[in-house]
Amino acid sequence: MEKTVNHKAWFLVLPVLVLVAFSAVIPLMTVVNYSVNDTFGNNEFFWNGLDWFDEMIHSDRLWAAFWRQVMFSAIILVIEVPLGIFIALNMPKKGIWASVCLVLMALPLLIPFNVVGTIWQIFGRVDIGLLGHTLQALGIDYNYVNDPIDAWATIIIMDVWHWTSLVALLCYAGLQSIPQAYYQAAKIDQASRWKVFRYIELPKMKGVLLIAVLLRFMDSFMIYTEPFVVTGGGPGNSTTFLSIDLVKMAVGQFDLGPAAAFSIMYFLVIMLISWVFYTVMTSFDREDAQK
Amino acid sequence: MARITLSHLAHSYMANPRGEQDFALKEMDHVWDDGGAYALLGASGCGKTTLLNIISGLLRPSQGRVLFGERDVTDAATAERNIAQVFQFPVVYDTMTVRDNLAFPLRNRGLGAAYVAQRVQTIARMIGMEAELGRKARGLTADAKQKISLGRGMVREDVNAILFDEPLTVIDPHMKWELRTQLKALHRQFGHTMIYVTHDQTEALTFADKVVVMHEGRVVQTGTPEELFERPSHTFVGYFIGSPGMNLLDAKVEGSQAVVEGVPVQLGAQYGRPEGRVQIGVRPEFVRLTRDEGLPVRITRIEDVGRHRIARAEFFGREINAILAEDAHVPADASRLAFDPNHTLVYANDWRVQPHPGTEGRAA
Repeated sequence: MEKTVNHKAWFLVLPVLVLVAFSAVIPLMTVVNYSVNDTFGNNEFFWNGLDWFDEMIHSDRLWAAFWRQVMFSAIILVIEVPLGIFIALNMPKKGIWASVCLVLMALPLLIPFNVVGTIWQIFGRVDIGLLGHTLQALGIDYNYVNDPIDAWATIIIMDVWHWTSLVALLCYAGLQSIPQAYYQAAKIDQASRWKVFRYIELPKMKGVLLIAVLLRFMDSFMIYTEPFVVTGGGPGNSTTFLSIDLVKMAVGQFDLGPAAAFSIMYFLVIMLISWVFYTVMTSFDREDAQK
Repeated sequence: MARITLSHLAHSYMANPRGEQDFALKEMDHVWDDGGAYALLGASGCGKTTLLNIISGLLRPSQGRVLFGERDVTDAATAERNIAQVFQFPVVYDTMTVRDNLAFPLRNRGLGAAYVAQRVQTIARMIGMEAELGRKARGLTADAKQKISLGRGMVREDVNAILFDEPLTVIDPHMKWELRTQLKALHRQFGHTMIYVTHDQTEALTFADKVVVMHEGRVVQTGTPEELFERPSHTFVGYFIGSPGMNLLDAKVEGSQAVVEGVPVQLGAQYGRPEGRVQIGVRPEFVRLTRDEGLPVRITRIEDVGRHRIARAEFFGREINAILAEDAHVPADASRLAFDPNHTLVYANDWRVQPHPGTEGRAA
């Protein structure tokens, strides 16, 4: 059969191409342009090759921010994922309380990021904040403005408060999809609570858990607003994560070239780690199916 | 193993049931004899699964007691009752191998590895999955998964009863036959009490020694397949069992005679004068197509279903069926249906009216 050729069809993808070009491709290319040039304003560019990349990759400042970032993501994942699963397992399955729980759980997710930051910034203040003042009154030396450990604790608790709901809600959805017959069969088979979790609930939650971990990893690795509002990256540089450092470099110091090189490497790192996550977790799946 | 007694049992899914209509299971007394092969037959939503879940302890009845032998187990947990149950849709532990799936109920009870291995081998042979023992259960067909579920139900030797909740719904027809035969063989070999829920009468009649028919939350009749066929005690049993089901006609009954739309029909016994909505029922197997006796009808069509033919007729807007032997001659001008008086039963408000003692078979 003769295939009809109609090049006019290409016009149909034009709107999408235009949209993606303006929202992603052109801005990204601008960044690429900055990363290989040196500029002093006035739209004057001087070719600089890969020097900015070379400088950035050997920059102690960037590496310090990078390790802080890795540490932060690792800590919140280790807390939020098990806690989210635990909460999902203990949420009521139906009835009015299920709805109440769902609404309460969804609330933190609906609050704008800078508002979350402001809430915790005030909440933790030693002079007027409920948390900070109470801790001081109890004789605990807490001050996130001076003490790096306290600053970290505040930011981690804030993130757990803000995002554990997401993990919990995703897991809850996964749990709800398990037919009642599985639990009944487990009772008949005299399976312990742990075995029910291990052989029924966990396998059924695996798909949503993969998504939850990926989302939480990417989000936490790119976190900016909340720590910026609470600590501004301080005390010192102790909570200066990659994005905060990047903004300081680009907007604060106006080092556009290095900042652009930094951005591109940052972007590649996130892509790489997400890809590794995804590949590892889906390959477990495939191994299972083959055996 | 034990006899299972249900005493004044009833169940409602509502917290405060007000009338009888709120009960999914109406009050009943029933005894399942030790070692019996029972089929629990009824249309969807008649309470079969509810009853099964009460026996296995997955559901606590709103009233009444459940006894295993002499022991009251109404409040005992499922695990204590030592019951096996197979569900309608396959339940397998996806991440385990077929072997681990079959061994799961045994290992949870802390049985020795050698015994477990030997039991698993026996069951695998029975369900024909010896070759797949090392495979993960995920990715198997629905058929295979259901066979694993069945296997898990049968793997324990000491169970009080094995309950099957429409277990063959997802199985291929040829496999259905084979598995049912194996279940029967298993029953003969080990003598477990088996209760098999189904809405398929063929399945019920071939599997069970005794069939329990449920309708709208009630047990309407318990009996052998022959009893259900010959003497249905409720109109539901009459039309649910048999293909086509029993013919039921509104009638006026007096003594040994019924009058249907002005036409007298002879009955096989004395029935007195039953009250309420009175119907006579006769199975198509006991209806003859004749030229000169019985009800004058309009034959609408004759269907050839293989072993026999079914004559569909109309009588005052009501369908009456007759089953004709394959080689029976149908006279071209036959337009009357005659009922065998000994198999013409009387129902009042859907329940069978017992004939006056000693009159059966005489008036014919």
